[in-house]
Amino acid sequence: MVVRRCEESGGQVNMTIKTIQLSGIKKIYRVGDQDLAALDGIDLDISKGEFVALMGPSGSGKSTLMNILGCLDRPTVGSYRLDGEEVANLSDDELAITRNRKIGFVFQNFNLLSRISAAENVALPLVYAGVEGKEREERALHFLAAVGLSDRARHQPNELSGGQRQRVAIARALVNDPHIIMADEPTGNLDTKSTREIMEIFEKLHADGRTIILVTHEPEIAACASRQLLVRDGRLTRDEGKGVRMEIV
Amino acid sequence: MLFKESVRIALNALFANKLRSILTMLGIIIGVGAVIAMVSVGMGVREKVTSSIASLGSNMLIVMPGSQSSGGVRSAAGSMITLKYEDAEAIKNKIKNIDYVSPTVSGSYQIVNGNQNWNSTVQGVTPEFLAIRSLVVSTGSFISKNDLSTRNRVAVIGTTVSSNLFGTMNPVGKTIRVNNQPYKVIGVLESKGQSSMGQDQDDIVIIPLTTAQERLLGITYVRSINIQVSSPDKMDEVQAEIETLLRQRHHIISGKDDDFNVRNLTSLMQTMNETTTMLTLFLGSIAAISLIVGGIGIMNIMMVSVTERTREIGIRKALGATFNNIMMQFLIESVVIGVIGGLIGIAFGCSVSLAIARFGGFNTIITPAPILISFGFSVGIGLFFGIYPARKAALLDPIEALRYE
Repeated sequence: MVVRRCEESGGQVNMTIKTIQLSGIKKIYRVGDQDLAALDGIDLDISKGEFVALMGPSGSGKSTLMNILGCLDRPTVGSYRLDGEEVANLSDDELAITRNRKIGFVFQNFNLLSRISAAENVALPLVYAGVEGKEREERALHFLAAVGLSDRARHQPNELSGGQRQRVAIARALVNDPHIIMADEPTGNLDTKSTREIMEIFEKLHADGRTIILVTHEPEIAACASRQLLVRDGRLTRDEGKGVRMEIV
Repeated sequence: MLFKESVRIALNALFANKLRSILTMLGIIIGVGAVIAMVSVGMGVREKVTSSIASLGSNMLIVMPGSQSSGGVRSAAGSMITLKYEDAEAIKNKIKNIDYVSPTVSGSYQIVNGNQNWNSTVQGVTPEFLAIRSLVVSTGSFISKNDLSTRNRVAVIGTTVSSNLFGTMNPVGKTIRVNNQPYKVIGVLESKGQSSMGQDQDDIVIIPLTTAQERLLGITYVRSINIQVSSPDKMDEVQAEIETLLRQRHHIISGKDDDFNVRNLTSLMQTMNETTTMLTLFLGSIAAISLIVGGIGIMNIMMVSVTERTREIGIRKALGATFNNIMMQFLIESVVIGVIGGLIGIAFGCSVSLAIARFGGFNTIITPAPILISFGFSVGIGLFFGIYPARKAALLDPIEALRYE
């Protein structure tokens, strides 16, 4: 597989549409009588269609940043505009609705529900989006087909391999058609072959124009992304490849 | 939409832990079943008591002589000899709203037919006794006015007496001896069975009042006067009039005690009804306690279930489930336990009730009220005891929940 700069767009993502705008984001935890800043002033813009790798050693604050970006958590101070909408001060339920509509999650340990089939897992976000049963089924099967698992739709997660489970999780992330995909160490529990398959899917999604944010600590994985961010001690210390758009040849 | 989905999720979750779900439901099943069975027993007792009081005759007043006292020692009620046949006649003639008046006397005698003998109660009555006690003569005839005026030695016997003295033979036309006097049997009563007090109502010999007074007992007074009032709302009025009349007739000056008692069977029935209703409520509420214990069982299991499924809750929340979505999912789960447990409990309670009726010799009555109430209660318990665990689940922080191992 060869990845190179996209020629038609001059190798640049359209920088005018800002999907994510963070400014002055701080997350402060109170431990005993001391304040501990997990994030200490993050300013970050991510444009629509970027493929961003978020790196950093453990304890650097990258998971906290990921949680805030994924609307699972709120910053203590600062502004977070998602699609131009301020989300830093939304209520729990409003955050849940935002996650449901705009963000697809892929986790390191897949986080599939073990008692229901692959198709039902994929359809789960649609349940909370209020989509009717029949349409849910159709869309779930469509996205399972997109990740090459049509023949596994009725299997339960424990009957699938790690790579297959992660593909089910990706189908689930895509099913409500969010334009941001958040992946937290998606290949952390996978072997080399599965890792390659999963990364190919992400590159394809990127090529389709989706914004992808990928947390990883493996440089080779981060290299697949067009932009690399490094978090250290709650601050962004490196930001390379901003606005670069990649394509698969 | 989401409601249907939540029910499905709840059923799946209950199916995944079959044994645990059944054990949890058992509390509700036993609770609902016990309420239904106990209340049906209580209602059965109540109906039996009511019907046996009613079989004494409806709208009945019974006048009994008061107790005799001599030198400050008072003897048993009914020992006074002041109540006369003429009092009965006077009541019948002077007081309105009365259907029948039937004075009686009674005594216990050895009844003999050939080489068979049997001890029974001999009652001296007037022809009205038949109507007032709702008795039916199955063969032969009842005592007539003529028998009364001529003090005929005729008798109408109950089935118990008949079978003990005559076996399967028809006793009508035969002669029995009461206190060594011959009486001709002119009729046999239809069986009335046992009274609620366990008394055999068929163990009876009925002879004309005058015959009993003069030829058998040698007395001039009567033991009781049964009065049937024409309508239930006239009872109190008639009772007061009878009291006034009898005080006049017996020349009792004001301030002195009555030498008679007027008993109201309707008020007796009311008292018995109150007693049996209390009994039913008592049985029902003891059973209801087990229903509440069952509810605590639901709460306990739901707490475990929420803890066990912390991760699932985290996943659902990450995918966009709101507070209400999660709350609803767990509430419905506990309500479903209540509903299924309640339904099984109804079936269980009804079969226990039928089994008691069939093998326990108790009369049981299954009515819709305890079924609906205990079912509603079990669903309500599922709801109430589900709120706390469901809220706990819905308030979980998605990040913490996702990290939960």
